[in-house]
Amino acid sequence: MIKDITIGQYFNGNSLLHRLDARMKIILTVIFIVSIFLCQNFWSLGLMLLFTLVTVTISRVPLKMVFKSIKPIAIIVVFTSLLNIFYIKGGTPVVDWKFIHITSNGLFTALFMALRIICLVVVSSMLTYTTTPTMLTDAIEKLLSPLKVFKVPVSTLAMMMTLALRFIPTLVDEIDRITNAQKARGANLDDGNFMQRIKALVPIIVPLFVSSIRRAIELADAMDCRCYTGGPGRTRMKQMKFCLRDFATLFVMVLFVAGIVVLNMYFGAVLVK
Amino acid sequence: MEDKVIIKFDNVSFAYKADEGETVATGVVDGFSLNVPEGQFLAILGHNGCGKSTVAKLMNGILVPDSGTVTVDGMDTSDDEKVIDVRKTVGMVFQNPDNQIVATIVEDDVAFGPENLGVAPEEIRKRVDDALKAVGMYEFRGREPHRLSGGQKQRVAIAGVIAMNTKCVVMDEPTAMLDPQGRQEVMDTIRMLNKERGITVILITHYMDEAVKADRVVVMDKGEIVLDNEPRKVFKNVEKLKNLGLDVPQATELAYRLKQAGFPIADDILDEKECAAAILKVLEVK
Repeated sequence: MIKDITIGQYFNGNSLLHRLDARMKIILTVIFIVSIFLCQNFWSLGLMLLFTLVTVTISRVPLKMVFKSIKPIAIIVVFTSLLNIFYIKGGTPVVDWKFIHITSNGLFTALFMALRIICLVVVSSMLTYTTTPTMLTDAIEKLLSPLKVFKVPVSTLAMMMTLALRFIPTLVDEIDRITNAQKARGANLDDGNFMQRIKALVPIIVPLFVSSIRRAIELADAMDCRCYTGGPGRTRMKQMKFCLRDFATLFVMVLFVAGIVVLNMYFGAVLVK
Repeated sequence: MEDKVIIKFDNVSFAYKADEGETVATGVVDGFSLNVPEGQFLAILGHNGCGKSTVAKLMNGILVPDSGTVTVDGMDTSDDEKVIDVRKTVGMVFQNPDNQIVATIVEDDVAFGPENLGVAPEEIRKRVDDALKAVGMYEFRGREPHRLSGGQKQRVAIAGVIAMNTKCVVMDEPTAMLDPQGRQEVMDTIRMLNKERGITVILITHYMDEAVKADRVVVMDKGEIVLDNEPRKVFKNVEKLKNLGLDVPQATELAYRLKQAGFPIADDILDEKECAAAILKVLEVK
């Protein structure tokens, strides 16, 4: 069962989004996140929603998985909406009863906030659904490579990320094995109060650390043997190349941002000063 | 014709240091000399702590001798400037496949060595495909290593060495953690490397039936070489091997016991087939 874990939340597919260059996807996601906060009226908000829906449709990621990514943030969405409804003043009063004062500005801000957060999470989860962790790491390495000028060890950091990803399943396996071994010796891991359960984890964590350090030493030897120096002069087998579809999507994104700006200017802000 | 020596140990001593300069008793190598000719399939046998893993690590400069020299293709392994060239010549495969695979995808892992050497991308692609085909793992190139069996992972590790185009591969008990099928897969791959590609193989093992397949067997005890000969002659010394705490191949053992019991059977038997033939011969004479 544990052998089957997938790292990250990659959804295997071959849609346009899957085939886009991972670097472009990261750039596009950042642009989208910025433009989300530019929306000032219902027209631009609508455009944003439309864009999100189109993205989800193109990705062919099942809706069930998309909802799964919204679920953890549902509480935050509800909470911020409530705060906004009761605390934002200005605009026409909607409810004015004893200590409850709800204004149109409050309602609108709440609605905008909720939709913005949801769109943000959905679109950024599209990035992780359509890109493997390996591709993401490589893309981050490439995008951060200008920082090498400032002596930031970008490729070493990327190597660390790759190794961390690589060892997650191995360590999960190890935890499973240690847990079973301790249970076989009579360790009680499931009963007791909170403190007792935390204490029961010690006999699992200590051997896990010991074996991880041992693994790290062996891994270092193996990497030495394969001539890893961490220094410059490394090449990569998989070269990243921007192609036409990457630029085409970038163009669509630019149109989208322009659309939001134009709609904002044409229809004005919905919030009253 | 004199064979070219690729790895040469000249009176090498090494001991692991514990705290405050004390030495650790296990894994010591003392006054060790050995020549490995190019293209040889050499097996190094010995029980735990006899120093065979130390010898392996001395072969490509993971460890450097306290005294004496290790020379790889004419280069001294203690020369810091040559260390990359030494490792380009001698690749290494370790016991635990999980601790030597660095990438999250099979083909990326095989590419790791050539990438470190700064090989051009198209050339890496070619080498990776070639190496994966050689070990029969080409159709698994896009898989995640943690979903493979032990034998498959070890073959990926071997492919990683092939892709570096090393002349020599040192394997430190590569089958110790594998099931019988995995062992078979790995042994077939090792033999293919040696016979078809002419790569020098140094196999460190404690399985006798693996050592039997080598061109030459070196038996170690307490950091020294006790026996050094072709397998047939090494395994004749049943008594001596047993005294060292080692087994002999089952077929050899059977022939040995039959001989002890007074049957006129040959004492240089290595596998089941030879054993069966020899027994048949004895029976026919009777």
